[in-house]
Amino acid sequence: MQTEIVIAGFGGQGVLFAGQVLAYAAMDSGKEVTWIPSYGPEMRGGTANCTVIVADEEIGSPLVRHPQAVIAMNLPSLDKYEPLVAKEGTLIINSSLIERSLQREDLKSVLIPANEIAESLGDKRLTNIVMVGALLTAVPVLPLEAIEQALEDHLPERHKKLLPLNFQALRAGADLVHKEQIGQQS
Amino acid sequence: MAKELLKGNEAIAEAAIRSGLEAYFGYPITPQTELLEWLSKRMPELGRTFMQAESELAAINMVYGAACTGARVMTSSSSPGISLMMEGISYIAGTEVPVVLVDVMRAGPGLGNIAPAQSDYNQIVHGGGHGDFRPIVLAPASVQESIDLTVEAFELADRYRAIVVVLIDGSIGQMMEPAELPPMRHIDRQRPTWAVTGAKDRDRRILSSIYIDPENEEETNLRILERWKEIEANEMRYKEYYLEDAELVVVGFGTAGRVALSAVRAARAEGIPVGLLRPITVSPFPYARIKELSNLACGMLVVEMNTGQMLLDVQAAVGGKIPVEFYGRMGGVVPLPDEIHEEISRLCYEPVAPSADPRESWMDRMDLAKN
Repeated sequence: MQTEIVIAGFGGQGVLFAGQVLAYAAMDSGKEVTWIPSYGPEMRGGTANCTVIVADEEIGSPLVRHPQAVIAMNLPSLDKYEPLVAKEGTLIINSSLIERSLQREDLKSVLIPANEIAESLGDKRLTNIVMVGALLTAVPVLPLEAIEQALEDHLPERHKKLLPLNFQALRAGADLVHKEQIGQQS
Repeated sequence: MAKELLKGNEAIAEAAIRSGLEAYFGYPITPQTELLEWLSKRMPELGRTFMQAESELAAINMVYGAACTGARVMTSSSSPGISLMMEGISYIAGTEVPVVLVDVMRAGPGLGNIAPAQSDYNQIVHGGGHGDFRPIVLAPASVQESIDLTVEAFELADRYRAIVVVLIDGSIGQMMEPAELPPMRHIDRQRPTWAVTGAKDRDRRILSSIYIDPENEEETNLRILERWKEIEANEMRYKEYYLEDAELVVVGFGTAGRVALSAVRAARAEGIPVGLLRPITVSPFPYARIKELSNLACGMLVVEMNTGQMLLDVQAAVGGKIPVEFYGRMGGVVPLPDEIHEEISRLCYEPVAPSADPRESWMDRMDLAKN
């Protein structure tokens, strides 16, 4: 079993950290995991992405052409990854910054107004964690509790006071997906 | 010790510290800089030497000098920086002092770019400066293996008074994976009997790579070769995957090897009898094991992130007995599993003639894919 996740957005949106939180949670849950960033002559405001692979056995390639799940934090990321997501894969879309609808019909997609949610919680830096909460509800590769533990253990000391807000952000993202799933069932 | 989520470059740096690294000399270059950055913080904390030199040329010569005192020393760089070190590397080999060198490869030639590549295989395995010597070259494919082989690099360097290179590419340097660091090793202040430490109350020792008399140089060349023979006999390392019943063998080191592993698994799931040999010592190279495999398999596929450098070593080992094919991506482009999977399927269903030149047919396929 192997799950490949790409998190993509602008530099400064917490894309790399969101991936690291997933990786910490996977490690602490006893899984194999790799985290690899796109690295290059990049800057704040430029594009950034990372690939996280969670698996039960030794991980081969740290990169894949068709990831099973993608978090698109902005429009350029959706444009880049919509054609690449695996068949019947999942797209978590930041609808605060992305207005267009999907071209592919086979994908499972979730629209999350992550900027608005983060701002309503009082800190727009929480956007990435809202998206992680949504991702793990749509693709339950790790329990949300594992993310909470990872945040507690690995959030930089100076941000520790933001821990309760991070938990709220995580649950807010998850709740939106739950509501959507229930809506689809009824 | 518990596993931590570690970045390749930083894991190597910390593993070196825990192996008893006493002095580091280096110069920043992407995608290796985190290694130097980590040491710049940790080494002074521990009362050890960290020096950012004015250039790679200066760094390698500082390493040379420090190695002559019998201290555990290391430098690190990335491809163009390693090129600058070549003269010093040869002097270190000629003086027979132990040094660990980390090369976090990027694309070239020239300035190239900072993306991952395996373009230094020839420079490191078959080059490493002028004169007649061979470095030990360890090629890890994961963060844990990078740690383990860094620890081993220091042991091997000491044991054989040799240069040991830890050869990774930028993606392993930048990647984070769970890994376990070794315990902190006590620094051995006992200096080897050859070390120059100040000749107080003893005869002086001279360390040099100069042998004016050709007969003495010939003797030195032979001594280095004999030591190499011992290394070949004792220090060969590789990892095998699904080779028990493999009719097709993929050979790849480092990142190319682990990308190939994904492709091999996918092909196995389709019932293709394919396996993977991942050389860990690319020098000494596992010629004998590849020769053995060429008696058992009907074809080989070499995968590299260059235009076919290790390919020649595999061909030498196979000796024309079975067809050897090649697939490479380069310039900072990392191959993805589906590309290698496609090559495996092609070789399984359309066997090639042993006489075909693998590089030419690969170039033809690359052309086709473009048009």
